[in-house]
Amino acid sequence: MLEVDLAHRYGAEGFALDVAFTAPADGVTALFGPSGSGKSSVLAAIAGLLRPDRGRVVLGGAAMLDTQRGVALAPEARRCGVVFQDARLFPHMSVATNLRFGLRRAPAGAMGPGFEEVVALLGIEALLARRPAKLSGGERQRVALGRALLSRPRMLLMDEPLAALDAARRAEVLPFIARLRDAARIPILYVTHALDEVDALADRMVLMEDGRVRAADTVEAIAARTDLPLAARRDAGVLLPCQVAAHDGARGLTRLDFAGGALLVPMRGDAVGTALRLRLRARDVAVALSRPEGVSMQNILPATLASISETGAPHEVFLRLAVGPSVLLARVTRDSVARLGLAPGMEIWALVKSVTFDRTELGR
Amino acid sequence: MMGGWLSAEEYQALRLSLDVATRSVALSLVPAVLVALALARGRFPGRVVLDAVVLLPLVVPPVVVGWALLMLFGVRGPIGAPLHDWFGVRLVFTTEGAALATAVMSFPLIVRSVRLGIEGVDAGLEAAASTLGAGPFDRFFCVTLPLMSPGILAGAVTAFAAGLGEFGAVITFASNIPGETQTLPLAIYSATQTPGGEGTAARLAALSFCLAMGGLLLAEFIARRMRRGLAGA
Repeated sequence: MLEVDLAHRYGAEGFALDVAFTAPADGVTALFGPSGSGKSSVLAAIAGLLRPDRGRVVLGGAAMLDTQRGVALAPEARRCGVVFQDARLFPHMSVATNLRFGLRRAPAGAMGPGFEEVVALLGIEALLARRPAKLSGGERQRVALGRALLSRPRMLLMDEPLAALDAARRAEVLPFIARLRDAARIPILYVTHALDEVDALADRMVLMEDGRVRAADTVEAIAARTDLPLAARRDAGVLLPCQVAAHDGARGLTRLDFAGGALLVPMRGDAVGTALRLRLRARDVAVALSRPEGVSMQNILPATLASISETGAPHEVFLRLAVGPSVLLARVTRDSVARLGLAPGMEIWALVKSVTFDRTELGR
Repeated sequence: MMGGWLSAEEYQALRLSLDVATRSVALSLVPAVLVALALARGRFPGRVVLDAVVLLPLVVPPVVVGWALLMLFGVRGPIGAPLHDWFGVRLVFTTEGAALATAVMSFPLIVRSVRLGIEGVDAGLEAAASTLGAGPFDRFFCVTLPLMSPGILAGAVTAFAAGLGEFGAVITFASNIPGETQTLPLAIYSATQTPGGEGTAARLAALSFCLAMGGLLLAEFIARRMRRGLAGA
């Protein structure tokens, strides 16, 4: 487990950072928040590139930083593999030499995937002889991922690794980060301000705001909360772990099972049994008092209205709907609540207009 | 080949110039890199003063630099006396002295060029190297030094080209002794003072011009080539 507790102030009147959170020994913890919320500073302090005024960084019981006890390991002694937003490949070395830079300096006993394995994992065989300047942005970032992983790190720190890429390049690199996540059995801290990256990669989420931790929990638990600034976003909605149950080639549909029900979605290529995570945006969920007939929506689920909560917008509210053990959020107008006479405890129907898929191969 | 149109004395002046310039660069390169590093990266009291002192030879009359060297390194000077008495080294009126005077004069040229080279190195790359397990010396030799090498090489070539023509400091400190300290510019000066020396002066002047031009072009070529090399072309 990784324990982080940091306080730092930039200048006398400057930005103040005061955060504490833990991350599990395996899996991805996303540090999520708007620009300027202090995410990257936290990462720099963990890597040893920023010396905080006060703090502790303890990984697996061993302190890398403990200002009270006067412990502050140099970055080269911390063995945190860092992937920077701007890749930071060494321009005077080939891709292969870049990849081996950390590997050659790793302690003899350190375990981790080998050179060939990482090269294959990231699909960079064809790039090995090239110089970084001859790579595309996406290729550079893949090489940077490999270089960090090959340094046999005790944890991986990723500082907005996709933020400098356009949408097409992001889509190219994201699956490689997912593969790397599954190959590296070490804690991964992933800084981002893109929610789709959190959905695609993260198990846990530390939500940051103005240098402080606003919430820290599993991604699913945070997505289901309506009291966080995230809920005001257009893409707010629950994350639902599910599994590919069956394909219906004739109708062009795939059935996904989740705890408490099933969803039909346009046919997917995933094998039966594949674990997926999908985001059900609150805007895409409607409700009805009786099971509607003659509508195009495939997914009409019996649900219990658990509660009604504020959205922050004056004329809209969130409905928390229990479908078996799973929870859905629906965003509807106050007028609808009044017209339908909605009250907690009522048995109603949830109508799901569409779903967004974000994470494949959740179960590793 | 050169012996064909240069007299033995002229050829000697050319050889001596190349010798003095080479020795001066060899003498000043490492200290210049260290000073440039301190100026570009160091945070210490007196940095501004050091910066100014380094640039002094560019603005002080060369004769004054020569005079200062004479005071310091003369056989009775505070540095020259122990050198002479303990090690038997005499710098005044010798080729070594000419090289020292030239080195002092071209020192700021190397420092400037190296400093630009250092400032062009992205500190983020060094941070990345540290997270990959590279300690301070490892980082310097594997990342910083290779990336600042275009600046070092360009500085060395510029200093070499300038060193071929150093006049004031050399003639003041090392005098004008044929075969010992009479480099190209000194030989040209002597030729202009000698009746019938116009031909020699013209030939040596043309030679100086070509060497200087060649040196500058070479420095530019190296800098471009290395920049492109770093960029992976």
